[in-house]
Amino acid sequence: MASFEPTLLARVDKPNSHRLEGYRADGGYAAFERALKDKQPVDVVTQVKDSGLRGRGGAGFPTGLKWTFLPKDHPGPIYLCINADESEPCTYNNRILMEKDPHQVLEGIMLSCYAIKSPVAYFYIRYEYGTAYRTLQAAIDELYDAKLLGKNINGTNFSLDIYLHRGAGAYICGEETGLIESLEGKRAWPRIKPPFPAIEGAFRKPTIVNNVETMACVTQILRRGNDWFKSLGVPPDPKNPRDAGSYGPKLYTIAGHVNEPKCVELPMGVTCRDLVEKHGGGVWKGRKAKTVNPGGLSMGFLDCNSPLKGEDGKTEYDIPLDFNGPGKVGCLGLGTAAVTVVDDQTSMVDVLHNVCQFFSHESCGQCTPCREGTGWMLKILERMRRGKGRKDDLDVLVDVADRIGIIPGTTICGLSDGAGWPVKTAIRKFRAEFEAAIEAKTASKYAKLQMVGAH
Amino acid sequence: MGVLSEEIKNRIRAYLPRYPRKQAVTLPALHLVHDEYRTVSNEAIVEIAEILELHPSEVHDTMTFYEFFKHDGDQLGKTRLWVCRGLACMLRGAYELLDHCEAKLGVKCGERTADGKITLEFAECIGACDGAPACLKNDEHVMNVTNDKADQLIEALKR
Ligand SMILES: Cc1cc2nc3c(=O)[nH]c(=O)nc-3n(C[C@H](O)[C@H](O)[C@H](O)COP(=O)(O)O)c2cc1C
Ligand code: SF4
Ligand code: FES
Repeated sequence: MASFEPTLLARVDKPNSHRLEGYRADGGYAAFERALKDKQPVDVVTQVKDSGLRGRGGAGFPTGLKWTFLPKDHPGPIYLCINADESEPCTYNNRILMEKDPHQVLEGIMLSCYAIKSPVAYFYIRYEYGTAYRTLQAAIDELYDAKLLGKNINGTNFSLDIYLHRGAGAYICGEETGLIESLEGKRAWPRIKPPFPAIEGAFRKPTIVNNVETMACVTQILRRGNDWFKSLGVPPDPKNPRDAGSYGPKLYTIAGHVNEPKCVELPMGVTCRDLVEKHGGGVWKGRKAKTVNPGGLSMGFLDCNSPLKGEDGKTEYDIPLDFNGPGKVGCLGLGTAAVTVVDDQTSMVDVLHNVCQFFSHESCGQCTPCREGTGWMLKILERMRRGKGRKDDLDVLVDVADRIGIIPGTTICGLSDGAGWPVKTAIRKFRAEFEAAIEAKTASKYAKLQMVGAH
Repeated sequence: MGVLSEEIKNRIRAYLPRYPRKQAVTLPALHLVHDEYRTVSNEAIVEIAEILELHPSEVHDTMTFYEFFKHDGDQLGKTRLWVCRGLACMLRGAYELLDHCEAKLGVKCGERTADGKITLEFAECIGACDGAPACLKNDEHVMNVTNDKADQLIEALKR
């Protein structure tokens, strides 16, 4: 793997990497212009489908397949929504793409709109990404000036507008139907599905929602071809008939207790250990990793010291970070491939409190199990943090965590699955530490902190 | 006389052609008003609703969902300083930084300094974990914020 050359991040260190001129000089928009000239929309759909690309936003749904769910011969309009809400804690790969190489993302959007016959793309970007917002707007302006956006692009009958739409600090706007409601100017309450957005989405029209990194992958697939894409990553697991494989390059972000927190691009399937030790500069202060969150807080936790069954000398730290890997050790999935490392000096009570604080704050409140469940889990962790934990708290927490979510079938959206997974994995894997903390009755150093805010 | 300037109203109207429904301009309009006036008053809500052909309660309903916009007489300082409290930042000293900023500014999270210059808030992960602990200065990231760096930032904002 030493010879791996980044493609998604190939341009980020160039001066003015965000400008159209430089992007053009590097061959940018040739794939789009070629598609307009020589390809039918359905050819682009087929190519993306055959590439094996799976969505990078968290769920890993096959991108081309999702596009085929759109109704055939619909009178239109069909919409594309770009999900740049990127609020999954500890995730920042979309930000790097938008700030450093916006045209790569925009070309993917243009190709995708051509494929699905969408005349308008709404690019929903979280408010906190002001720099990315302004960079993208400047890039879009360049495209209008160059007549690559607008009416009858390159003299064809394909017309396209791309509009940026800013969020207002709510995690739930990343859930695709929450995003759509927010775009429409309403409370960002996720919709009950079905109907899925491909049938009835934004403004009640068929809509595809795709992630920013997914769009960058579309650009590279159309530029370099499927053989290239499939030469990277991991083929489907023969033991898992539902696995569609994990092909292509992936952006991993490394955060927390590492020497060099950063975003790196690697073929799918790098192990967690290699990512942290080789690419993140190792655990800081010469310490050891206790736990790693492999893909955004919603995915849960690994126990770096827990041996992997049947794999001599390996631990959960050695799992591959492909779509299948984290699931093998009881985590929800690869999620956003955002890897956060917690060192061996840190209390799991403090970590889990932080996690529960997030989900309780961000639950949209529509479903009772999620609203109440996240609230009560935080209350319990708050009490535990004050040194007043009770013996049966741990069972109560796991019980709640097991029952909230669309997988157990009690809620409308996946936020509550994401709230449950870190709680149940942390307690199941680090039960002894939690029990000792309850027994010791000592308060956390953070116990006095009361945070009240408007956000 | 309304509370919104004709200039702001025109900037709101300029968004209308982008969407098939006027209601979709709710968030853009709220942002324009909030950025400019540092609050969204009831009068402003009524005027936004007029432009978007909505009932004011619809605008209010959407606005209050986000807990992002100041209203009801509450106003943002000239700079909104958000300290991230997400996990990656917590692991690298965010809670201590929040404590430090509260002490330095003499306000609690969610409050505005007496001179109206700075509103201090916490944020959930702001997507700058490669520079944890991180802050937002309005909508711009400030990375690797030590106590000293926070002091310098605050001094500059107070000037
Ligand atoms: C609570 C919640 C938050 C989400 N946040 C994001 C997000 O910030 N960005 C994103 O791309 N997908 C997010 N998703 C996943 C989206 O619903 C959707 O699956 C994704 O945008 C599809 O794009 P993709 O197929 O290109 O991955 C979130 C899902 C849930 C349940
Ligand atoms: S699961 Fe939670 S976040 Fe999702 S719709 Fe229900 S209450 Fe809202
Ligand atoms: S946790 Fe603070 S920026 Fe991500």
